Amino acid sequence: MGRTLAEKVWDDHVVRRAEGEPDLLFIDLHLLHEVTSPQAFDGLRKNGRQVRRLDLTIATEDHNTPTIDIDKPIADPVSRVQLETLRKNCAEFGVRLHPLGDVEQGVVHVVGPQLGLTQPGTTVVCGDSHTSTHGAFGALAFGIGTSQVEHVLATQTLPLAPFKTMAITVEGELPDGVTAKDLILAIIARIGTGGGQGYVLEYRGSAIEKLSMEARMTICNMSIEAGARAGMIAPDKTTFDYLEGRVHAPQGEDWDAAVEYWKTLKTDEDAVFDAEVVIKADELSPFVTWGTNPGQGAPLSANVPDPASYEDASERLAAEKALEYMGLTAGQPLRDINVDTVFVGSCTNGRIEDLRNAAAVIEGRKVADGVRMLVVPGSVRVALQAMDEGLDKVFTAAGAEWRHAGCSMCLGMNPDQLAPGERSASTSNRNFEGRQGKGGRTHLVSPQVAAATAVLGHLASPADLSDVRTPVEA
Amino acid sequence: MEAFTTHTGRAVPLRRSNVDTDQIIPAHWLKKVTRDGFEDGLFEAWRKDSEFVLNKPERKGATVLVAGPDFGTGSSREHAVWALQNYGFKTVISSRFADIFRGNSLKNGLLTVVLDQKVVDALWELTERDPNAEITVDLQDRQVRAEGVTADFELDENARWRLLNGLDDISITLQNEPDIASYEARRPAFKPSTIQA
Repeated sequence: MGRTLAEKVWDDHVVRRAEGEPDLLFIDLHLLHEVTSPQAFDGLRKNGRQVRRLDLTIATEDHNTPTIDIDKPIADPVSRVQLETLRKNCAEFGVRLHPLGDVEQGVVHVVGPQLGLTQPGTTVVCGDSHTSTHGAFGALAFGIGTSQVEHVLATQTLPLAPFKTMAITVEGELPDGVTAKDLILAIIARIGTGGGQGYVLEYRGSAIEKLSMEARMTICNMSIEAGARAGMIAPDKTTFDYLEGRVHAPQGEDWDAAVEYWKTLKTDEDAVFDAEVVIKADELSPFVTWGTNPGQGAPLSANVPDPASYEDASERLAAEKALEYMGLTAGQPLRDINVDTVFVGSCTNGRIEDLRNAAAVIEGRKVADGVRMLVVPGSVRVALQAMDEGLDKVFTAAGAEWRHAGCSMCLGMNPDQLAPGERSASTSNRNFEGRQGKGGRTHLVSPQVAAATAVLGHLASPADLSDVRTPVEA
Repeated sequence: MEAFTTHTGRAVPLRRSNVDTDQIIPAHWLKKVTRDGFEDGLFEAWRKDSEFVLNKPERKGATVLVAGPDFGTGSSREHAVWALQNYGFKTVISSRFADIFRGNSLKNGLLTVVLDQKVVDALWELTERDPNAEITVDLQDRQVRAEGVTADFELDENARWRLLNGLDDISITLQNEPDIASYEARRPAFKPSTIQA
């Protein structure tokens, strides 16, 4: 019987397979950041262990880093200690680090792909659940805990429990104005936050094949929000074109050998998935969340659902609690929800195409009075590219704040946070209670919806905007 | 890792689904660089409400958390496990756990037990009715016992063996060093390297 893409990559990394034991898998790339690594380095020190493969390990600073005044000392002493700890650990063990201020610094899941380190058929791990992002390249990529970070540092392997496979087949074409973000939010609403549990998802079908690498990363990024172990997309010409010429992509003969191998990385015709979900792309429209988990979403044109309409008792209770926390009423049109803050950024939507998409909507328009809009590039490279294209000027002319790269308001570990009761439209990945600041309320949206929402002050899509634009003053 | 064989203790019934790791331990606690001192951050936002179940005097000293489905979703933060352990929990029961949280818990000796929602309902009813009711989680026999409840649970033999003996994963893996070295020797040359040219 044929094998799925995930099974092929898994099989190619088995170091040891024995009866009654989990497979021991080799890890091709280990990404580190400051939050989930300090206790792992402590463990190495305590046991007199070294980092086994420095050549497969790389670190960046992202969660705690400020997005303004980055040349000044970090104000929060606890954040500062965490960053200093990473710097000390990387120096002591010899790990390559891109600290705040470095040109390669940025959100770990933006940095790996842009350096060309994330490649098809590799295993990629990081102490961060959004490691699933890298699956867009046909890599088997997943988030791990700190004990596993230590395990990979010491052994470059992980013992892993077997997984099931689920095909998410998206046929047709996404309508105009409907993005990868809308698609993944719709998928999560369909299968639920636990729907992917135990599965590696493979996104496939004509609508997926048409997507750019950056859009594919947005989709794989949020696989974890469906509870999945990982999300993958088979590599194709789009993948190879994205990688060719990047700093760490293979060169010369290695490139040819790599591409030859990468071309074998697709699910065999006779392979069988453990589960399959089919989505019709043509039926989708801009999608937003109304609740406090990423599965609580609906088309922007819909109303806030009535908890009483849920048959399942725990879903009903969850919806009641969500509406209470979010300060929403059942039946209220989603378009009537006013926001205080708009956040464009994160490992979900902080890449150059995302910034271009948001800029195209907001160019010649103004952020509504009383609304704060933060634009935080996913990496310094993304920021430089955007500035080269003049996107920073488009945002600032509209009244948005152009910030330095980092995780920022996605989780508010740095000073970029919502105040209690404040409401955001955010291109990030989680709408959990307090995620963006204590008492903050989050609606997950695409970059285009974020930009339109900033202009109108309530949840909106670009289609809701008039064609009138104010020319930017020179 | 601390070994887990059998534990008996009073319970905290947590009637919520989708308790994500941001609720278990909010992000600002993640700035700490140690594995301890997270107990005050556990369910920090909810604990501001005096009616929250963890704040009830009769739940003081409880060691078994009985949670709703999809417990531990979201972030990979192992701090969520440390916070539960620092607070005093030895075991968590739910009908469904998020994968990463489950993996993290078993690596730290916090036993996560999957039971049918019907059994979880019964444990909720029992422990809400009688805060002194005790629940026994027996890893030896893979069974949960409480007044009127006897339920077997599954846990793969390898994970069970490691928990019962409190074994450290890294030491076990390093026993297979020749396998790792031999795999490394046959990796293709085109695989990525982080070394700067």
